[in-house]
Amino acid sequence: MNTFLWVIFPYLSIVVLIGGTVWRYRYDKFGWTTRSSQLYETNYLRWGSPMFHFGVLFVLIGHVIGLLIPKSWTEAVGITEHLYHLMAVLIGTVAGLCTLIGMAILILRRRLTGPVFAATTRNDKAMYVVLGSVILLGLLATVKANIAGGGYDYRETVSPWLRSLFTLRPDAALMTAVPASFKVHVIAAFVLFACWPFTRLVHAFSAPVGYLTRPYVVYRYRDPRGGLRPARPGWEPPR
Amino acid sequence: MRVMAQTAMVMNLDKCIGCHTCSVTCKQAWTNRSGVEYVWFNNVESRPGQGYPRTYQDQDRWQGGWVRTRTGRLKPRSGGRIKRLLSIFANPILPRMRDYYEPWTYDYEHLLTAPAGEDLPVARPKSLLTGEDTKVTWSANWDDSLGGGNEVLAGDPILQRVSDQVRQEYEKAFLFFLPRICEHCLNPSCAASCPSGAIYKRAEDGIVLVDQDRCRGWRMCVTGCPYKKVYFNHRTGKAEKCTFCFPRIEIGQPTICSETCVGRLRYIGLMLYDADAVAKAAAVRDEHDLYDAQRSVFLDPHDPKVAAAADRAGIPEDWIDAARRSPVWDLIMKYEVALPLHPEYRTMPMVWYIPPLSPVVDVLRDTGHDGEDPHNLFGAVDALRIPMDYLAELFTAGDPAPVRDALNRLAAMRAYQRRINLGEKPDGSIPAAVGMTTGEMDNMYRLLAIAKYEQRYVIPSAHAEDAHRLEGLGAECSLDYEGGPGMYQTGPFGEASGTPVPVQVETFHMLRDRQTADEPRRLNLLNWDGKGTPEGMFPPREEDRS
Repeated sequence: MNTFLWVIFPYLSIVVLIGGTVWRYRYDKFGWTTRSSQLYETNYLRWGSPMFHFGVLFVLIGHVIGLLIPKSWTEAVGITEHLYHLMAVLIGTVAGLCTLIGMAILILRRRLTGPVFAATTRNDKAMYVVLGSVILLGLLATVKANIAGGGYDYRETVSPWLRSLFTLRPDAALMTAVPASFKVHVIAAFVLFACWPFTRLVHAFSAPVGYLTRPYVVYRYRDPRGGLRPARPGWEPPR
Repeated sequence: MRVMAQTAMVMNLDKCIGCHTCSVTCKQAWTNRSGVEYVWFNNVESRPGQGYPRTYQDQDRWQGGWVRTRTGRLKPRSGGRIKRLLSIFANPILPRMRDYYEPWTYDYEHLLTAPAGEDLPVARPKSLLTGEDTKVTWSANWDDSLGGGNEVLAGDPILQRVSDQVRQEYEKAFLFFLPRICEHCLNPSCAASCPSGAIYKRAEDGIVLVDQDRCRGWRMCVTGCPYKKVYFNHRTGKAEKCTFCFPRIEIGQPTICSETCVGRLRYIGLMLYDADAVAKAAAVRDEHDLYDAQRSVFLDPHDPKVAAAADRAGIPEDWIDAARRSPVWDLIMKYEVALPLHPEYRTMPMVWYIPPLSPVVDVLRDTGHDGEDPHNLFGAVDALRIPMDYLAELFTAGDPAPVRDALNRLAAMRAYQRRINLGEKPDGSIPAAVGMTTGEMDNMYRLLAIAKYEQRYVIPSAHAEDAHRLEGLGAECSLDYEGGPGMYQTGPFGEASGTPVPVQVETFHMLRDRQTADEPRRLNLLNWDGKGTPEGMFPPREEDRS
């Protein structure tokens, strides 16, 4: 069971994430969009959407720091466990709450605004359930372990385990002693990764960072259609 | 010098009768799909009026177009790259649905199914967004022909900019129509504000298009375009805009709006321009210089040096020849009667307008003067500040001089031709008064009054080697592209996802769906393919009924 949960399942999920994304990109570029509903309703979106998205970006940065950067590295630059812990809990909880409130506003808006609800597909609803539970479970785990409890140093167990997945030397034993609240959050997260390519969440992968370096106006040539026969080498098109 | 070709249009506003045929045929061709019910790639607005979407010309509010920075460069008025990206999660200045209008239909079925009663059944308006009852309060041309009166007209952003005195004289009710399509700008700010780089300008003919496969629905283009001619398809989540009917243009046919224009007021032709000079010309300090700056960007195709440079740039010979015969070149550069719409947005628009002289003539006639006497006309063009200031706000960033020149030339043409019409001797002093020769005057008259199809639309087709394929493009259903009716099905990822279905298969499924979706007694005969007897075509037989 341990091997399945902490080795086979995560790998399966990652394979589905990568394979599904490639497949979706090839199969359904036209469906690859945010499908924004701002045209229907602006007032709630103006608050909910930035709160949720900026919150979730901070949460993402926090996860990268906490999970991918080994503890020895942060300690080498002089960040003690206590300091790290304090920062993580403080910023993490604020960002998490921000995300949660933003998401609550967005879901309420989706349910209560007629046109927005009418444009909500079943796929969207399922996605909200998975995404919402990952966020809620994560926040619960943090609150339970660090604020109510005495604190839990996941950087000794969860982080090395996750990195062991990437180095292709998975070590399921690291996860056995982890509190159940963290375990559930991790499992839910991998379920989310597996769903990701098949929902509107794909728009996250097309975050337009290239815009910062691109010239303002884009020129493009018409697709080279080349008539009925394929162009052969040595033949120049007539002018 | 980097020579590029641009397909451009000129509209002669004197001839527009506001019949909306262009809007209707455009809508039938391009936007009769769900998700774009509220979208008019071509619309005709009454001037004065609020326009569509409402008050779109008020850039303090809608933040479209470019602004000149203190260093003399251009940046989108709604903010540079970083600001745009930071506001990507909720675009703060996106027009709302009610700024366009809430699309609606009528509950016609109720007329047929209402139980017998005292009152006649009524087809109530239903919102196409929610399906609920709605109240129709606005549409794309709600204020058509000054409808709504002063209350609505007070919202005209241009009228607000002209002086009080002009506004008080307004009872004289000048009215003209302004048909609008995408301007296919030389310096498009919609493309500049697209974070995904999905909006591009075609290098061959300058048509600005949205790549539907690369658009991610960030909605920044809607804000970026000062003419508000990029629309958000609320079903597919992608931006859509006027395509200058490129499948038609590529095979040498005019756009649908031009083809069907009742007044024959549209002219299509090529303009050669220097792409390297665009950025500098769009950034001149004084807004009043923008009209001349844009004209300075255009290159004279009759100049052998320009033709040689165009040839080096890969522009085919027949295109250079078409540029020489372009009616657009003549109207903009030779006769100088066409003016750009809102050059102050600094996008270098490429759909130009010949300002209407008719309001002036009408006022003259109504006051008992001879409306076509040259002396009266020239005087009136100067004296009547209402049309002048208003037109200047539209076409020359508020500088009345180019408008006055254009109107004077049109007035001179009228007076000059009337004498000929009446069998009098042509008066060479009339063209001379506006700096033209009698020959030029005759040619301008021919182009404006009696130009035939081939003279109004000088459109070189795309390269000959593509001809076969392009024929196919023109012959295919114009809506058979992604986001068109082929995308009506709901895919696994929400509206309109999945690969496009071949049109035959799509039609087959759609017919079957339509034939089977309704209750049997409401078979739609229009969709019956003539084969078999679908359920519901005849009432049930006696023996089946039991």
